[in-house]
Amino acid sequence: MAYALQQLVNGITLGMIYGLIAVGYTMVYGIIGMINFAHGDVFMVGAFVGIIVLTALAGVTSVPLGILVALILSAALCGLYGFSIERVAYRPLRGSFRLAPLISAIGMSILLENYVQVSQGALERAIPEAIPGGITLMDENGFIVQLSWMQMAIVVVTLVTLGIFTYIVTKTPLGRAMRAVEQDAKMAALLGIDTNRTISYTFVIGSALAAVAGVMFLLYYGVIDFYIGFNAGIKAFTAAVLGGIGSLPGAVLGGLLIGLIEAFWSGYATVAYKDVAVYSILAIVLMFMPTGLLGRNEIEKV
Amino acid sequence: MRDLTHNLKDSAAVAFVAFLLFGPFIGLQLGDSDSGNLTLSTRPELLAIAVGLTFIARMLMLLWHDHRPRKPPKLQVAEAIRKSGKLIAPALLVCAIGLPLIPGIANFYIDLGVLIMTYVMLGWGLNIVVGLAGLLDLGYVAFYAVGAYSFALLSQDFNLGFWECLPISGLLAACWGVFLGFPVLRLRGDYLAIVTLAFGEIIRLVITNWVSLTGGPNGIYDIPHPTLFGLTFSMAGGPGTFSDFFHVDPTPQQRTTYLYYIILALALLTNWVTLRLRRQPLGRAWEALREDEIACRSLGINLRNTKLTAFAIGAMFGGFAGCFFATRQAFISPDSFTFIESATVLAIVVLGGAGSQLGVALAAMVMIGIPALLQDLQIYRMLIFGIALVTIMVVRPRGFISTRRPTVSLGKTKIIGAEMVSEGRG
Repeated sequence: MAYALQQLVNGITLGMIYGLIAVGYTMVYGIIGMINFAHGDVFMVGAFVGIIVLTALAGVTSVPLGILVALILSAALCGLYGFSIERVAYRPLRGSFRLAPLISAIGMSILLENYVQVSQGALERAIPEAIPGGITLMDENGFIVQLSWMQMAIVVVTLVTLGIFTYIVTKTPLGRAMRAVEQDAKMAALLGIDTNRTISYTFVIGSALAAVAGVMFLLYYGVIDFYIGFNAGIKAFTAAVLGGIGSLPGAVLGGLLIGLIEAFWSGYATVAYKDVAVYSILAIVLMFMPTGLLGRNEIEKV
Repeated sequence: MRDLTHNLKDSAAVAFVAFLLFGPFIGLQLGDSDSGNLTLSTRPELLAIAVGLTFIARMLMLLWHDHRPRKPPKLQVAEAIRKSGKLIAPALLVCAIGLPLIPGIANFYIDLGVLIMTYVMLGWGLNIVVGLAGLLDLGYVAFYAVGAYSFALLSQDFNLGFWECLPISGLLAACWGVFLGFPVLRLRGDYLAIVTLAFGEIIRLVITNWVSLTGGPNGIYDIPHPTLFGLTFSMAGGPGTFSDFFHVDPTPQQRTTYLYYIILALALLTNWVTLRLRRQPLGRAWEALREDEIACRSLGINLRNTKLTAFAIGAMFGGFAGCFFATRQAFISPDSFTFIESATVLAIVVLGGAGSQLGVALAAMVMIGIPALLQDLQIYRMLIFGIALVTIMVVRPRGFISTRRPTVSLGKTKIIGAEMVSEGRG
């Protein structure tokens, strides 16, 4: 029981991070129908900006302030990265045939990984634990269920970020434009929505969310390298597909499920096969529900 | 036509964005201090160079945009490419056959030829799935791995040689193609892509973790080299070797040359089978499937069989290539079968202009040959690969050879412009 509770706590923390990345995938997919393969690497770039900012702020004594600055700077810079990636690699290919943006995105992903590797080195970079300690939830025969401050911080930051994001999508003119373009880009353009700008903003917001996830990942695990984006990216994409790609609540739900599956599989089966478990569940879900858990059923016309 | 001030302003804005983007990564560098803490050092000169280069590049782009010649009529170019393609293909074939026979050629170049040919073969194999049947497969490397490990394990445990294992590897890979194809029959487009990617990763992870069978991350050593009717290519010489039988001195080049002709033959087999299949009902069903799945179904084409044969035949050639890879390297480990391999092969297919056999061969030469020649720039190699991938895609989204003749048509065959056909819808 205690062990399960601990895995639940770990799984939710991890799932929150996946959920944040997955939202970016699902948004881009919803609006222009492409897999933004470089999204996982934007997450990695975010984590690196985080570590650079935290190193530069090494003298600052207030830890929460340092983290907040790192989050904001990382989100802003990654937003700019997302914007530039879309401008350089995807916009010229809009309306081109389907595989072209995918290959361009794979190229972008390779480019970003190697850009960080060349400029910052291939070594793993580690930071000391930012917020040590936590509270004990349960003590069962000496097995202590720990909820660390860091985990709480991650959940709180994620919820706040998702709250801001939900507000933007549901309540602001930008959000309305985004939803309109997602439904029908041509019609939205006819009604005076600048689709190009809306798509750019979508990339900016998605990348900023990935950057927040990156900084959270850095603070949670304390170790990053240039390659973390690939695995996290694939899992987040799995989460987006599991939840039903294009659906925003689905992405968060999918992220949580992936996090929980991973945590429980590591806890009760083998750590080595945790990724196999995640991918197998993805395949099984898609086999029986090809549009994911919360996805809309697309009606096809000839 | 925009004026100079506008161009300057635009370039300056781009350079400013570049400054922000590059600032933390090129301008600053993480390092370790003696006490184990992270330190930051600055590199202002590098940052200045990067920003300056961006400015110049943007300026040149704008100038090109203003002064580029008017677009030539597309179909004429397409026609010209098609006509010259008839000449290029045989010329390339002659070059390929003649390459190892050039007197004094360094072993390195033959070896590079072997590498390129392997990717040409993989590209042609994946072309069946992506280019012909339009099924987007991001996990093709799985079948490459199955082929390689089939041979490695059969040779290790049952002492079988390359030639016995080659068909077995292909057969096993084809079985895996069907096995993995079954669950994804209903999936389309990007869902199909992500599940195939997941299968590729699952196979790699299982190989990595099933240490008792596959040796795990350490891989399998001492995989035998192929023999020529029982003659080995041992450097030590002695009875039963190629050099002894033909009374020549043993050189490493003999083995490389032999490997080269094996992979050339395998690649040509792939090409020949593809070209023949395209003229058969099965190949036509694939192309129909690519163009429109629903129309295809309403015409009574069995989607399940059509898709599964595409997966199986594509996988079989992947398995052959994997078997060859194992014998060439004599050592395999899961590191050789990462997603980046799938991405490279898919990039070759798409850059070649999905569906075009000649284009795939040209793309493989460019994508594999050029990075291999840049060995000295080791750490920049993949960076350049990524930049090239994005650039080529943006400049020529349809690949090098982007036109195709319909295999069947009523009356006079007309060439289709690239815009009329859709690949990889899935």
